[in-house]
Amino acid sequence: MQDFALHRPTSAAAAVETCRGCDEGRYLAGGQSLIPMMKLDLALPSDLVSLAGIAELSGIRREGETLTIGAAETHAAVAESAEVAGAIPALAGLAARIGDAQVRNRGTLGGSIAHADPAADYPAALLALGAAIVTDRREIEAESFFAGPYETALEAGELIRAARFPIPEAAAYAKFPQPASKFALVGVFLARTAEGVRVAVTGAATTVFRADAIEQALERSFEASALDGLEIPPDGLTDNLDASAEYRAHLIGAMTRRALTAI
Amino acid sequence: MAIGQSVKRKEDARFLTGRGVYTDDINRPGQLHAVIVRSPLPHARIAGIDAGETLAAEGVVAVFTGADMAADGVGSLPCGWLIHNKDGSEMVEPPHPPLVAERVRHVGDQVAVVIAETRAQAKRAAQLLDVDYEDLDAVVSCADATEDGAPLVWDEAPGNTCYDWELGDREATDAAFERAAQVVELDLVNNRLVPNAMEPRAAIGEYDPAGGNYTLTTTSQAPHVVRLLMGAFVLNLPEHKLRVVAPDVGGGFGSKIFHYAEEAIVTWAAGKLARPVKWTAERSESFVSDAHGRDHVSHAELAVDEQGQFLGLRVRTVANMGAYLSTFATSIPTYLYATLLAGCYRTPAIYCEVRSVFTNTVPVDAYRGAGRPEAAYLLERLVDKAARQLGIDRIELRRRNFIPKDAFPYATPVALEYDTGDYEATLDLALSQADWDGFESRREEAAARGKLRGIGASTYVEACGIAPSAVAGALGARAGLYESAVVRVHPTGSVSVLTGSHSHGQGHETTFAQIVADRLGVDIDAVEVVHGDTEIIPFGMGTYGSRSLAVGGSALFKALDKVVAKGKKIAAHMLEAAADDIEFADGQFKVAGTESSVALDEVAFAAYVPHDYPIEELEPGLEETAFYDPANFTFPAGCHICEVEIDPETGAVELVGVTVADDVGRVINPMIVEGQIHGGLAQGIGQALLENCVYDENGQLLTSSFMNYAMPRAADLPSFDVGHHVTPCTHNPLGVKGVGEVGSIGVPPAVINAVLDALAPLGVGDIEMPATPERVWRAIRDARAAG
Ligand SMILES: Cc1cc2nc3c(=O)[nH]c(=O)nc-3n(C[C@H](O)[C@H](O)[C@H](O)COP(=O)(O)OP(=O)(O)OC[C@H]3O[C@@H](n4cnc5c(N)ncnc54)[C@H](O)[C@@H]3O)c2cc1C
Repeated sequence: MQDFALHRPTSAAAAVETCRGCDEGRYLAGGQSLIPMMKLDLALPSDLVSLAGIAELSGIRREGETLTIGAAETHAAVAESAEVAGAIPALAGLAARIGDAQVRNRGTLGGSIAHADPAADYPAALLALGAAIVTDRREIEAESFFAGPYETALEAGELIRAARFPIPEAAAYAKFPQPASKFALVGVFLARTAEGVRVAVTGAATTVFRADAIEQALERSFEASALDGLEIPPDGLTDNLDASAEYRAHLIGAMTRRALTAI
Repeated sequence: MAIGQSVKRKEDARFLTGRGVYTDDINRPGQLHAVIVRSPLPHARIAGIDAGETLAAEGVVAVFTGADMAADGVGSLPCGWLIHNKDGSEMVEPPHPPLVAERVRHVGDQVAVVIAETRAQAKRAAQLLDVDYEDLDAVVSCADATEDGAPLVWDEAPGNTCYDWELGDREATDAAFERAAQVVELDLVNNRLVPNAMEPRAAIGEYDPAGGNYTLTTTSQAPHVVRLLMGAFVLNLPEHKLRVVAPDVGGGFGSKIFHYAEEAIVTWAAGKLARPVKWTAERSESFVSDAHGRDHVSHAELAVDEQGQFLGLRVRTVANMGAYLSTFATSIPTYLYATLLAGCYRTPAIYCEVRSVFTNTVPVDAYRGAGRPEAAYLLERLVDKAARQLGIDRIELRRRNFIPKDAFPYATPVALEYDTGDYEATLDLALSQADWDGFESRREEAAARGKLRGIGASTYVEACGIAPSAVAGALGARAGLYESAVVRVHPTGSVSVLTGSHSHGQGHETTFAQIVADRLGVDIDAVEVVHGDTEIIPFGMGTYGSRSLAVGGSALFKALDKVVAKGKKIAAHMLEAAADDIEFADGQFKVAGTESSVALDEVAFAAYVPHDYPIEELEPGLEETAFYDPANFTFPAGCHICEVEIDPETGAVELVGVTVADDVGRVINPMIVEGQIHGGLAQGIGQALLENCVYDENGQLLTSSFMNYAMPRAADLPSFDVGHHVTPCTHNPLGVKGVGEVGSIGVPPAVINAVLDALAPLGVGDIEMPATPERVWRAIRDARAAG
């Protein structure tokens, strides 16, 4: 791990300002992705700007049909929040199954989406629910946020303040864990919203994506039988040591059915 | 606190409160830090090394390469077991320098060491080392290594063959096959594993120029073995100038038996620089530098008659040695594998051929079970397959072929003589505990939930203790396998035990203390078990092969005998009686038939600081040393039963029941025994369902971290139901057999047999370890497609 300077700003504005002045500045939230990358020299920041002391990045609020979760809320906090359980129980369930207890107690929503691991769980929820990512300078639709593996629409130094989730009529998340890492080998987040059925898939490709064919089938009839005969092609899906593209394609169907049963 | 009681582990207070002292916890004044520069390539010629930038980097004190060590006369890491080929010639034994100078042979091979004031400085400087590699073709798997025209790992090993060895009577076995009503055939792979002890390896070398003394502190299971091998073969240091200490060690599972390059590197460098030099592996380094386990490819055939009697077994195995011969590597797929192929069965003729091959991979050596899991897996898969092929119930088929309990001692056709056992007893116990007979209703209930439920069993036997020394020597072991113990009764009656066994999680500090407390009648807290320091302990072969209690414990028992015998003489003098009339029980020396007695602590006091002592006839002091050479291996055996539920949609296997009944001989501490079984089961289940070490075809290690090498976790495992049936070992004084490895030996075939039982109705006949969801899903899909 390369040496770095640590900064502890107490406001979001100060954090952005500090980061701007750094050579290779990085925000540090739970450190559950960043620190391992630094240990492997995959990230070589000159400065870490800690978000731990910034109260305005916390908070879980429901306002009308919107649930807003602060970027610094940990997975454990989301999993245990009565507000989340009441508004979008599938989201609380998703958070409860990220990693292990240690990871959930430190890892944050903002860190997870900024990191944009192609097998992370939150991105599927954001995309399926049509969430907006609120930053220090703008709002970004989930649809245009996740750009590729570990790539997002964030500009250098842009700070995520919160994610804003429209509350769906119903939602469910089904995850098939990769046996070693327990990240999603395939995770399917299914939401029935006022605008229609939305299905987002994580783990299966280089970035989270919406499964159009499944959405259309479920739009016609919102039950498992709608998926009968629906072939999910393996083209473009990840094919690696963890699983073949073929198996991932199969799991997309299987996890969709599982989510349908749970909804 | 006597033998047979679940005394709480004395060492746990230290471990659970973070007060253990592991190698990496130790820091010496003036200590430097070493980082090993490792090959990123599986096979390449080193055309040149430019250390200019590295040497100029901040904090760097030295950079050493293979050339530097060779110029200093540093030798080769030795292999401890010489195997002979079928034709009587010797195996190919290539050199194994601590730092390689000419050619790297696996990803992770040691190329240079960078030593700096801090670890971070050493690491940064190591990244600057400019090594010019010329790529060579690599060979990775057993199958590739044996192909015609395969790239050669060693020019002196044509066909990449280390040895081509055989055991058993080929002609008798062939004849059995000619008489057979049916032949059952099976091809299988025993998957390569990464041991992954919780504590990564570490080593600190120290040199005291005043006396010319070296000290190596290391994460070893066998410090005296390291001293012997490193002193005599690698660094040319006499033993009185070399101390090896293995302090608290956080798990080994075999991977810390061996003498590793880094130990020699830090010790040698400490001498060169006259400062302590410390190295600690990072987890990523462990993956490419700790010896791996297993990695066999086998073809097995079983000849049976109409009644299902086994007539003969023929096995051909290719075993992967990796790029170099690790300390015990050559003995694992031979004397710890082929010798176990009789299993629990009376098979009269067995013939096994083993070809060991070099590949451009990390060396492979003993890992929990070491050869015996490979044998048990092969046999128990084959027996299940035979049952299916013959249409005989798989339990009944086992019963028909068991060595009956009145047939012991039983000489197998593969060189072992089992002293005792009762395979029916452990089988019956496990069957009833697992409610085997009630399984069909559980299968139906699961089917109603859309799940495929299966049950599987294995009945295994294994061999612990590696003995006797004379026999091991005749078979090629380059050292005998004694164990030593010293019992020192202090003047006021407390006791120190110095044992040559080493504890790295097994609980010796408690079990050995129980043996002393039981024998001498002292409180268990008055007994201190000391291990892991060559300066203090006379000698020891260390801990592996589940030998600690059977061999080290027996040495302790012998030493206790000698203490009691001497105590009787001292007591006789004190009580003015004849030594022959003294009886010893519950800590009291007593003149037989009288009330006249003296306590152990009084005898001890008189032994050291007497006013009145027969010094002309008897040396003062109450301390005895004993060495024990076992008369035979010990043979733990048992039955493991697993029950699984498979989700046919995803292929996910859920282990819903694990019931075991083991015969590990006499049990000293039931709780520790159960803990050992639990740990072994977890690792065996890991092999069967999760763990797989995968290289790509070019020799890069793909499963190089916990992100894709799946370790078993608590949540992956059900509660274990552990039962015992004891037939005491007949040839050691404690009647103990060994328990450290039974879990990892017995359970893998039980898991896979259960998976295949669940899938049998679909027509699936085979699945490889680990039975990952994708493999199971494919097997189901292919079977359905085949109709
Ligand atoms: C053992 C283990 C298991 C895991 N299992 C799972 C799993 O099953 N599913 C899953 O989804 N994840 C899993 N994770 C990842 C975990 O959820 C991480 O916590 C998360 O990905 C990153 O969150 P963090 O708060 O730790 O971010 P950090 O590691 O601190 O930061 C990650 C990145 O985000 C940036 N960042 C952080 N906060 C902000 C912000 N507010 N604005 C802009 N950029 C920001 C950082 O600069 C950095 O680049 C696992 C991690 C571990 C170690």
